[in-house]
Amino acid sequence: MINLRDKGAEFWERSNRPVRVLTVFAILAVVAALPYAGNTFLQTPVAAFDAVLVYPMGMFILMALGLNVVVGKSGMLDLGYVAFFAVGAYTMAILGTRTGLNTWEIMPIGIAAAMFAGVLLAIPTLRLRGDYLAIVTLGFGEIVRVTALNSEGIGGALGIAGIPFPPGLGFEYQLLDQKYFYWTILVMIVLVIWVIRRLTVRRPGRAWESIRQDEDAAELMGVSTYKYKIWAFVFGAAIGGGAGVFYASRSMVIAPDNFTLNTSILILACVVFGGMGNIWGVIVGATILGYLPDRFRFLSDARLLLFGLVLVVFMNLRPEGILPRKKREKAIVKKGSGASI
Amino acid sequence: MFDTLIHQFWSLTFSGIALGFIYVLIAMGYTMVYGVLRMINFANSEIFMVGAFATVMVSKYVFKLSNDAIPPSSFKLFFVILCCLLASMLASALLAFLVELVAYRHLRNRTTNRIAPLISAIGIGIVISEIVRILTGARTQFSPNIIPKKALATFQGAEIRLDNTITIIAGLILFIILDRFIKYSRLGKGIRAVSMDEDSAKLMGVNLNRVISLTFIIGGLMTGAAGFFYVNVYENVKFNMGFSLGLAAFTAAVIGGIGNIRGAFFGGISLGLVEIYASAIIGTQWKPVTVFIILVLILLFKPNGIFGEAVQKTRV
Repeated sequence: MINLRDKGAEFWERSNRPVRVLTVFAILAVVAALPYAGNTFLQTPVAAFDAVLVYPMGMFILMALGLNVVVGKSGMLDLGYVAFFAVGAYTMAILGTRTGLNTWEIMPIGIAAAMFAGVLLAIPTLRLRGDYLAIVTLGFGEIVRVTALNSEGIGGALGIAGIPFPPGLGFEYQLLDQKYFYWTILVMIVLVIWVIRRLTVRRPGRAWESIRQDEDAAELMGVSTYKYKIWAFVFGAAIGGGAGVFYASRSMVIAPDNFTLNTSILILACVVFGGMGNIWGVIVGATILGYLPDRFRFLSDARLLLFGLVLVVFMNLRPEGILPRKKREKAIVKKGSGASI
Repeated sequence: MFDTLIHQFWSLTFSGIALGFIYVLIAMGYTMVYGVLRMINFANSEIFMVGAFATVMVSKYVFKLSNDAIPPSSFKLFFVILCCLLASMLASALLAFLVELVAYRHLRNRTTNRIAPLISAIGIGIVISEIVRILTGARTQFSPNIIPKKALATFQGAEIRLDNTITIIAGLILFIILDRFIKYSRLGKGIRAVSMDEDSAKLMGVNLNRVISLTFIIGGLMTGAAGFFYVNVYENVKFNMGFSLGLAAFTAAVIGGIGNIRGAFFGGISLGLVEIYASAIIGTQWKPVTVFIILVLILLFKPNGIFGEAVQKTRV
């Protein structure tokens, strides 16, 4: 199989600044024009294509990018990522329906709430080894859902309806034409990519990388592993929360059923499927896994079954994902080491 | 708030212990696999679910039992219980064997990436539960009445029910057999050797693939037995029933110290009791929350479990 990631990296290394800028803008233009491609072979049979671009695809990419910081970059397995998404969404729903604040004003509050939830979970659990962390986060994801389900004050099983759309910025967000939602989420994605890329080449990124490769060695070299693990976790939570706020504002109604374990696993699958630790791989993975179920809706009942099969077969064929991380970032992993991912 | 707890203390205690034994048996599927592979068997909850379905299928279609018919008695009852139990155990063991073959074996030798086998195990879990969902139409299936729920005796005003008693006695027997087996048999020694040090075990002539396969099978047998007991006590099965029980059983394994089967025994029983008492105090809908809080507290204060991990190299 040709190595797309190396080909891409090679092209990037060879080109000078204007070519790079041009490439980026060309790609952005193509991606931004996607809502107009609704009548081609890309068309999804049941859901409107522009809606599918927003959710699941755009939303999945955003969340997968956030989860990738936790799982791919710093090597901590988080199986309850949906919890942060839920916290963001519920913050939006509660504040949006009960106060006069609009989506953009709630966004920082929602992100802060998700970050707070992240700290709350991280402080006791990040001292644990990888596998314990997985099960605790898995439990946490379920607990958030069960708590929402059993709290009548926030709608119980029915959830919250009538969440306002974001106020237009010179244009109006519409239900039937979701182009503007798509472009907004595109901006969010580009912003997140930019932040992650900046962080990756600086101190936090190096710290995360060293933690992923060998936590003990990192600690010995003076990396404050506990602190940077919390930061990675909280950063991932912030992105999940932001995605949640936007999701609630777009969907107008949310219920505990939107935040099941399946979503967490789906997002994790996006990360692993595309290639852990590689931003572009994650984006490709999330695009494919977000798009396919809607494209093949005629399989309706067997969709999830097929999804499981794809995971098993694909993991066995390409355990490192579609676009694996760079060679030099691959850890030389000690056998039987608990921390290696 | 505490009224229910005080008035029904003994009957709650009996059901708590019975539930605890179900957790103990499921926890074996987690703790043994974790011992040899250092990986969570994420498909174990589905293995349990299939075991429970096997009991329902056999009792319904082989023995033609139904909800309203009078449950069989004496010798027939014994025969039915034995057949259903064996069916559950075998179905689960077969499935566990397949899970290892498909999800773990190939990846184990191919990559050091530890998330890949996890994802493939989750994938297998999804496949299993989806197949069952499609076959049963996502409805809760009620099982026939296999063991009559009659009271054997009363103790302090609490009924000692037959189904709970059988669960406790049979669970105890299975556990003791397993414990002796791990301790004295050749295979048991192999399993312990692999869980201490994979490489040395290999050098000493332990057939790694065989031991890992058999560990999954033994875990599957125990998990399947739990499926049978669960059906007897709770009388219903659903395609997604595995998740909450699986999480609780894993918590039980962690409480006792993962990889340590005696630890899992005490972990399971204490979790079963705490869960039943807590449901009596704050309501059943908060059961998963209780389990989770216990898990976090245990990990916070005794990260290796109350009885310590049997896994020697917790961190290399």
